[in-house]
Amino acid sequence: MEGTKGEGQPGGGTMANNAEQPRQQDHLVRDGDFVVLKREDVFKAVQVQRRKKVTFEKQWFFLDNVIGHSYGTTFEVSSGGNLQPKKMMEEITSETKEAGIDNRNIVDDGKSQKLTQDDIKALKDKGIKGEEIVQQLIENSTTFRDKTEFAQDKYIKKKKKKYEAVITVVKPSTRILSIMYYAREPGKINYMRYDTLAQMLTLGNIHAGNKMIVMETCAGLVLGAVMERMGGFGSIIQMYPGGGPVRAATTCFGFPKSFFNSLYEFPLGKVNSLLNGTFSSKALPSESKDSISVEENNGVLLDDLQTSPKEMEENIIEVIENNHPQQETMEVISQEPEYKDQKERGNKKDYIQEFQKKQEQQKKRQIEAAALLNERNADGLIIASRYHPTPLALSLLEFVASSRPFVIYCHYKEPLVECYTKLRERGGVINLRLSETWLRNYQVLPDRSHPKLMMSGGGGYLLSGITVANDKQKPESCTVELEKNEEPIAKKQKVEESEDLP
Amino acid sequence: MSFVKYEELIKEGDTAIIFLGHGSMFPVQVQHGAQTQTKYGVIRHSAHLIGQPYGSRVTCSKGGWVYVLHPTPELWTLNLPHRTQILYSTDISIITMMLELKPGSIVCESGTGSGSLSHAIIRTVAPTGHLHTVEFHQQRAQKAEEEFREHRVDRWVTVRNQDVCKNGFGVSHVADAVFLDIPSPWEAIGHAKDALKVEGGRLCSFSPCIEQVQRTCQALAEHGFIEVTTLEILLREYNVRTANLPLPDLGGALDPLPVLGEAQFKIGVPLKETVGHTGYLTFASKSLF
Repeated sequence: MEGTKGEGQPGGGTMANNAEQPRQQDHLVRDGDFVVLKREDVFKAVQVQRRKKVTFEKQWFFLDNVIGHSYGTTFEVSSGGNLQPKKMMEEITSETKEAGIDNRNIVDDGKSQKLTQDDIKALKDKGIKGEEIVQQLIENSTTFRDKTEFAQDKYIKKKKKKYEAVITVVKPSTRILSIMYYAREPGKINYMRYDTLAQMLTLGNIHAGNKMIVMETCAGLVLGAVMERMGGFGSIIQMYPGGGPVRAATTCFGFPKSFFNSLYEFPLGKVNSLLNGTFSSKALPSESKDSISVEENNGVLLDDLQTSPKEMEENIIEVIENNHPQQETMEVISQEPEYKDQKERGNKKDYIQEFQKKQEQQKKRQIEAAALLNERNADGLIIASRYHPTPLALSLLEFVASSRPFVIYCHYKEPLVECYTKLRERGGVINLRLSETWLRNYQVLPDRSHPKLMMSGGGGYLLSGITVANDKQKPESCTVELEKNEEPIAKKQKVEESEDLP
Repeated sequence: MSFVKYEELIKEGDTAIIFLGHGSMFPVQVQHGAQTQTKYGVIRHSAHLIGQPYGSRVTCSKGGWVYVLHPTPELWTLNLPHRTQILYSTDISIITMMLELKPGSIVCESGTGSGSLSHAIIRTVAPTGHLHTVEFHQQRAQKAEEEFREHRVDRWVTVRNQDVCKNGFGVSHVADAVFLDIPSPWEAIGHAKDALKVEGGRLCSFSPCIEQVQRTCQALAEHGFIEVTTLEILLREYNVRTANLPLPDLGGALDPLPVLGEAQFKIGVPLKETVGHTGYLTFASKSLF
């Protein structure tokens, strides 16, 4: 199952620990795996569980038959909700079919298809395969043979897309999950387009062995992407607002347990105390109610958790977010991977003991996280949240070593303009760059190549830079104007430690 | 220093980046007794560099100062000696993500060129992955090998001096990803398919011209690749400055009197009026069947 060989030692540092050896049959789907279902350009993240009904693209089925097959296998839904593997058919290269020259005589009166909705439904009910239906539609179209070859091609593609729907089971990755989230739940990730995320990972030099600080409110997608690029090596301290970090998207990656040994979390609410040396591990009021990972969901689930202690023990939380009642949404499973196997419901006394034990563990982890942060030698900082970036940047950069990159994402440009200014005033940063990327995709077909869609502006902005020793320095010449009429710099936390690195 | 792992202090043999300000920087090979000239004066390696923490400010002989930065593939891309046109971090970022590169990935690349992408790949796949890079130009292949050695990343990369279109990558059924940046990528698709693992893998081809892209997409279809996507990514940078606009004098008839003078505010203006084209990126997946 998800059990790993070679549990690494907790904490970062050397390259040698947390090595997850690639398993022999890594390319086969197993029971319990986190996978992504793909149909054309639509994705959905689910966990493979036997006899569990899954809905996707107006169809429902069981994933049982997927187990044992390779990732990348395509299936079609057959009777009883069972998936049957379907080999991708060779595109029948058209023998010289009858075709027209142009569309001057084709009238679109909506009457050219002789088959009615009922006829098509009857065919479907009879169990006729998708390819057959498409063939029938072509034969019953009065205008088909008058269309140009290109138009025929387009027509066939369109019908195939509708009637020959196949589902592919793919392995989750940053690529797939970031595309999925941007298409289906962009609000959850602050409208961060996948190319922007790609820039963050590279500009931030995210790689194995780093000690990263991540502050994100993107459902855990950014955290997952960072974890993927670190491969289980190194350590991550995730800063979080409120009661706990949201890691719904992180779970979708299906990382092995060992990856989580060196993942820490630390409440934003204690950052200032850490900076001025008054940190204590006593629980904050916002944390006392529920210290388990909380799924943010319009407050509905939160209420459930708070009312019933029995509910709180439910470790596998399946949330179906309903942003569009019509459209199918994503099935997201939020859980702490370590407790996934725990299904026992002991009596109330056992439960309280268990809960207290967890509290102790989390307190211990928090102290460890505080110690890691206090070393002030993190290898990088990633900020991608709904909060104004400036206060986050000014405080969290204190924990980052010298000569390390940092990347700050914001849905809007203006807060980053302000952040840029404040960072200039703070000093200790160079190479500040405010940027965005535009993405344009293309249709490439013989004699029919052209751009399709240009995505610009809506994917978010990035402010990146490199930390340096922050002595009492003169500002970088020329471009920095120290405004006299700008509001005074917010209370600067005195750094107890000197510039000397430990 | 290490291109694949951060270190705190500057050592002999390191490649450090001297930062002068305003994006002006250059690389130096740190050596006992060596000296580096800058417009602010001389930097003496033994006194100013060796043993100092990266990120330190170094005052040069004439009194001006510079920062010494830890190398990263991104800084290397901006400072490396060009033997060919190179790929910049904007393209490298999307390539890395779309090819699903991560620690442990086995990657095949051709042509090596000036090693810009190579360094980025090595950084991403280390410590458990490997890069097989093919370059048909002998001197360039040699220079790349030298640089990988100097940068102490040679254990993660194998350079082969051959023509990928004729002889492939030199490995078979091992790669998770293949990258092509050559004049005729359609001639290498068959070899790319062979280099990729049997269970599947990702491919990317970079071409400046759309005609090359068309031929490549056709070859991909013929070889049974799926999920073929072509895109381009364009970088837009902004300059942050303060702007002043004078407030117009509309007369003194109002009470209280309107404020005159100038309104000052921060602006983010595009750095260049247009964004440059580097090339089209075509991605595809090797199908299992």
